Amino acid sequence: MQEITENKEFKPLIVAFCCNWCSYAGADLAGSSRLSYPANVKIIRVPCSCRVNPIFILKAFQRGADGVILCGCHPGDCHYSEGNYRTRRRMSLLFSMLNYLGIEKERTRVEWVSAAEGAKFSAVMNDFVKTITALGENKKLEDLRCKSKN
Amino acid sequence: MQIQELVLHKAEEYLASGKVDRVLAWKKGETFYDNSPAIFTKDNLNGFVYNEFCAPNLSKYLVNESKKEGKILVFLKPCDTYSFNQLVSEHRIDREKIVVIGLECQGMLDEKKIYNLGFKRIEKVEDGLDNIIITADGQQVQIKREELLSVKCVDCKSKEFAVADETIVVNEMKQPDKNSRFSVVSELEKMTEEERFKFWQNELSKCIRCNACRNVCPACTCTHCVFDNNKSGIAGKANSDSFEEKLYHIIRAYHVAGRCTDCGECSRVCPESIPLHLINRKFIKDINDNYGEFQAGKTVSEHNPLVDYTKGDCEPKEMVGK
Repeated sequence: MQEITENKEFKPLIVAFCCNWCSYAGADLAGSSRLSYPANVKIIRVPCSCRVNPIFILKAFQRGADGVILCGCHPGDCHYSEGNYRTRRRMSLLFSMLNYLGIEKERTRVEWVSAAEGAKFSAVMNDFVKTITALGENKKLEDLRCKSKN
Repeated sequence: MQIQELVLHKAEEYLASGKVDRVLAWKKGETFYDNSPAIFTKDNLNGFVYNEFCAPNLSKYLVNESKKEGKILVFLKPCDTYSFNQLVSEHRIDREKIVVIGLECQGMLDEKKIYNLGFKRIEKVEDGLDNIIITADGQQVQIKREELLSVKCVDCKSKEFAVADETIVVNEMKQPDKNSRFSVVSELEKMTEEERFKFWQNELSKCIRCNACRNVCPACTCTHCVFDNNKSGIAGKANSDSFEEKLYHIIRAYHVAGRCTDCGECSRVCPESIPLHLINRKFIKDINDNYGEFQAGKTVSEHNPLVDYTKGDCEPKEMVGK
């Protein structure tokens, strides 16, 4: 019995919201450049990083995510001129609030990745997965109703 | 009792002259403390009251009242005037239809704190400015006002009227100390993540999802609320589930971030006495510290820090956990 639990390595589930114009293209470039990033990163494509509503982040945690990362164009490069400036304020306040309620600050992250930064995308994802693996399972924001029975 | 007579007289005067059709004020309840908002007309001024138990903020009631015909007179305490301004900025109430009378407020009282003193039968509670005179169990006691203040009045933000066509002030109101407002938030920030989590888990798990904090909030004025959608999966509350109440309270506070005037109504009405104002105040503190001092409702303006930005804003990682 003990052997089984020891062999069962913790694989975090990461949700990455990527903006269509920069970060999603960055992920594409990482793929076509044969740069690897962990398979437990699930990418959700959004038209702009500011499309991400605070409820999206919380819902991702509810449905079992162990970490949520939001990627957008570099400030000043937004396809819609100012979307990521708004993201920056919104997410600063939301993540600050989550930390205030006791959620580890490493669990949430915002990164700016351009379409030309395939290498950065892969590096960011590898680093984030490493951080979350070290942190362990998301217990503080889990929803028991959404737990899969395995 | 002097102020109550002045207020009533003002209401009668406005109604008699025909300048207004209705008066929005407080009505005496069954017990000494449960004064509730009510509409008065020329023919019916029964139960009109203004004393140290008139804590309800009347601004939100104007959202529906100003849609009706005729002019309306409203009595607002200093902190309520901020909510009023904020609603005018958001075009939720029609300023043209409303006459605002600012009222003196020395801080409203919390009946729970009076009951906690252990009296069996309370006959009368009188306002003696610095002291509160309680007649109970056949004796008379004087208690310091500060000890009985309502949770929303303990850290008063200002005694200045943000808006008022006229004011009724008999005794001078002492300006509160501005620095004390964020002291509890700062203390929580100094704790470790685990300690904070325990603190909030303990507080938020008391939540019974009665929605009183949402219903009373002068900034929550959407006609269709995300929490009323039973398909959203977040409408009910499951047993032993820590997620539900956190999501509710984060989103409730986030929806009013930048618009919350810190009137403290959410904490006052909470039947479980959860310090909800500490969540709202954290947003206010973060906005003040990072995006410049901002007080919602101080003036009628379109400016709101959450729909605004500057190119030099700090990155999320610089702000979180500071």
